[in-house]
Amino acid sequence: MNMALNNTDRPNSYIGRSVTRPNALRLLAGKGRYVTDIKLPRMLHAAFLRSPYAHAEIKSIDTTEAAALKGVHLVATGEDLAKLCKPWVGTLDHFRGMKSAPQLPLAVGKVVWAGQAMVAVVAETRAIAEDALGLIQVEMSELPPVVDIDQAREPDSTRIYPELGDNVAFKLTVESGDVKAAFAKADGELEETFFTGRHTAVTMEPRAIIADYNASEEALTVYHATQTPYQFQDLFSRLYGIRESRVRVIAPDIGGSFGMKLHVYNEDMSVVGLSMLCGRPVKYVADRLESFVSDIHARDHRIKTQVAYDASGAILGVKVDDVTAIGAFSTAPRTSVVEGNQVVRLIGAPYRFRDYRADLSVVFQNKVQTSQYRAVGHPIACLVTESLIDRVGQKLGIDPFEMRRRNIVTSDMYPYTSPAGYKFERLSHEACLDGLYKLMDYPRLREEQKALREKGIHRGIGIAMFVEITNPSPAFYGVGGARISSQDGAIVKITPAGEVQCLISVGEHGQGTETIIGQIVAEHLGVDRELVRVITGDTDVTPQGGANWACRGAGIGGETALQAAKKLKQNVLSVAAAILQSAPGELDLINGQIVNRSDRVERIPLSEVARISYYRSDTLPPGTNPQLTAAHHYSPQGYPFAFTNGVQACHVEVDAETGFTKILDLWVVEDCGRIINPMLVEEQIRGGVVQGLGAAFFEECRYNESGQLENGSLADYLVPMACEMPDIKIAHVETPTQDTELGAKGCGEAGTAASSAAAMNAVNDALAPLGASVSQIPMTPQRLLKALGRG
Amino acid sequence: MTERVPVSMTVNGEDVQRFVEPRTTLGDFLRVEMELTGTHLGCEMGVCGACLVLLNGKPIHSCLMLAVAAEGETIETVEGLAESKAIADIQQAFHNRNALQCGFCTPGMLVTAHEILKSEHPLTREEIRDELSGNYCRCTGYEAIVDAIEQVFVARAAGREVEASGQFAETAA
Repeated sequence: MNMALNNTDRPNSYIGRSVTRPNALRLLAGKGRYVTDIKLPRMLHAAFLRSPYAHAEIKSIDTTEAAALKGVHLVATGEDLAKLCKPWVGTLDHFRGMKSAPQLPLAVGKVVWAGQAMVAVVAETRAIAEDALGLIQVEMSELPPVVDIDQAREPDSTRIYPELGDNVAFKLTVESGDVKAAFAKADGELEETFFTGRHTAVTMEPRAIIADYNASEEALTVYHATQTPYQFQDLFSRLYGIRESRVRVIAPDIGGSFGMKLHVYNEDMSVVGLSMLCGRPVKYVADRLESFVSDIHARDHRIKTQVAYDASGAILGVKVDDVTAIGAFSTAPRTSVVEGNQVVRLIGAPYRFRDYRADLSVVFQNKVQTSQYRAVGHPIACLVTESLIDRVGQKLGIDPFEMRRRNIVTSDMYPYTSPAGYKFERLSHEACLDGLYKLMDYPRLREEQKALREKGIHRGIGIAMFVEITNPSPAFYGVGGARISSQDGAIVKITPAGEVQCLISVGEHGQGTETIIGQIVAEHLGVDRELVRVITGDTDVTPQGGANWACRGAGIGGETALQAAKKLKQNVLSVAAAILQSAPGELDLINGQIVNRSDRVERIPLSEVARISYYRSDTLPPGTNPQLTAAHHYSPQGYPFAFTNGVQACHVEVDAETGFTKILDLWVVEDCGRIINPMLVEEQIRGGVVQGLGAAFFEECRYNESGQLENGSLADYLVPMACEMPDIKIAHVETPTQDTELGAKGCGEAGTAASSAAAMNAVNDALAPLGASVSQIPMTPQRLLKALGRG
Repeated sequence: MTERVPVSMTVNGEDVQRFVEPRTTLGDFLRVEMELTGTHLGCEMGVCGACLVLLNGKPIHSCLMLAVAAEGETIETVEGLAESKAIADIQQAFHNRNALQCGFCTPGMLVTAHEILKSEHPLTREEIRDELSGNYCRCTGYEAIVDAIEQVFVARAAGREVEASGQFAETAA
């Protein structure tokens, strides 16, 4: 541990403190500025006609009547926008052999999922645009939909894209050690098949975009509810042939993202073209029904597993066959195979067995695309792994804590490379397990459980360990040819009044990025936090960077800010030295004052250094050119990823008569390295846990045989409500990464990574005395009753 | 396009008259005509609670009511409640406890919290959770919101303000 960073008595010591978020005050006053709220002069509104069929040919489109409606400015078909926008393909080179058909803003010739946008209308108001949709005549001819994952792979199955040969997007085998030998020498083996339900992000603010093309400058400004403005600057520029320097993407307040707001969406790409055609700003905000059929979904997997173990409970080997369905395309620019890839690479990650084989098949189907959503792949890998550990423990009569202690990668084994090839710098499984045991008072809970069982009350306790991928280097996407940056940039400057602005490429969506960047800059520069203003989310203003994906804001953005602040401090001290006829090494900057490094005697305020630098440079010694702005870019070096870890426990009560589960308690012990703001880390964890509990008990996009989403509204698709969620107790272990000076790793996905698994283990623990178990999420009352033989 | 009709109501203490299409919802009226964009639309079917405003002092879903149906009524939005300081202690407690992340559900949460806090006796955590069930939040997991409302109950019962926990506040949890 670096004590200098932890010395909370020092002035301007902010790292490690639960400070509040300055930008939250605006949101609390109803003065947020979301894309949904923005109105530009002469702005028009777009609406989209969507396919009612999952798979159909478009025979003809008649837009005459719609175009004639008063207030309608433009009706555009797929062919119209295809003249402006190049097609995109959601493949990457490092996923060898993967394929996906090219996509265009609007459907051309055929539709491949129910809800796919076919025609766009631009009108004075959204209501008029929607009126016009009703006047468009489309003649369609239905094709057999591909819905089921096995049906999709049959030799005589309908091909969604015949030119691709079959419906398989990608296949991968991960193999390590000798899994056959492991099974041969095992004392026992068991097999289980797991199902994880397709679900979706349900950000409270739906997707929203305003494109404003200015033909006289050949410039495009886009207000975009996105996590990754730089990525879209690149995409809009390349696909529409507009110079990159003239594409400005502004991401203002964002009403939730969770990984859903960084993919290429047909409507978003369309709106750019519509603005070019109209010569006016065009706005599109998805309504909630559109969100359900056009936002990415995730986690649609069937995982067949076999595990070999010995009599002591040691896991010897694991075999996995994961089939995941991703919709009709692989989503650009990150692809839809990353989730499956992470599932098969993260299974078993906390444990020490070496013999492993996993086969992954990623298949197309006539549904909306799946892609990266919070904790990509982690919840599935964790669910499978942790359920298998419990099932083996149950067979052998070994307690879940003991099973894990016998199988984890221990602290003497680092650095450690997992069977799937992930390199772990240092994880803290033992400390987290021990911490959890105490935090939840495990022995007491077991006693209480036993006593209640005698009264016919079925409570269960489930534990799930996790490993999370954070701080991704170019190994994640860059190596595959994706124009997705893993570096970030910061510009820190002193204003003439001696205050500070930090412009940084990582963005703010409520997680508290601006707050933690402010804490880091204030501490490392040596000023009061109140003086630091952090500015994010505008490609014309903030430096180039990766922005927000895969848990990187604190770890990579934070290190960038730290180094930029240090650089600026050196610049300040050299000007101060020139003014004071001292040497930079003899001075320090503390609490906005230049002081002697030796005795901390105040010499000159920072504001005075700034005033002289900006207004009276004539009074400085010749040759002094104050540099009160410093820029710094940082890209992860060393380990390809900074893995984090932790463990969760869930306590439930199952009503065996109704199948309803009450979540009683949830505990988390997590290690995200250096903690910059404990309150914000804990709130990330809590929010993440609840999304995982949603997946465990409620959330599922239910499709029928013809590929229609049957519960695509917020009344039908259940998300966790306040009354269903428990209080969540959290404890921390801190193992800073040595790859950075800051030592921070990510924490945004840790909650989601393991809570579904902990919940399933808890439910199965409750069901065990009744001779039942479940292996599918969401664990709905119907499914529990079925497991209990009452369904 | 349908004929516009006149509508008048009191919004945040101000008498307003506008011509609106009869199909315009109160939510759209407030956001588009009145430019009071603090009221958010999350589902437009009365489920998520982001659009809650006060109609004659009682919370209603502004997405489910037509603007013309609010003729002659008194509406308060989050902006009005904030400016009148009616919810100042709730805002402060939310800020202290970080009971919001993206902030999109927050205006509706504040309206519900304001209503919950009218209770003559402090509600238990479980009761607060029940009362919040008409407000969806995808970011926080709700606990911080429950904590914040609890904090206001305690402060109000003691007859004191909710003080800013300040920049050196240790873990609020």
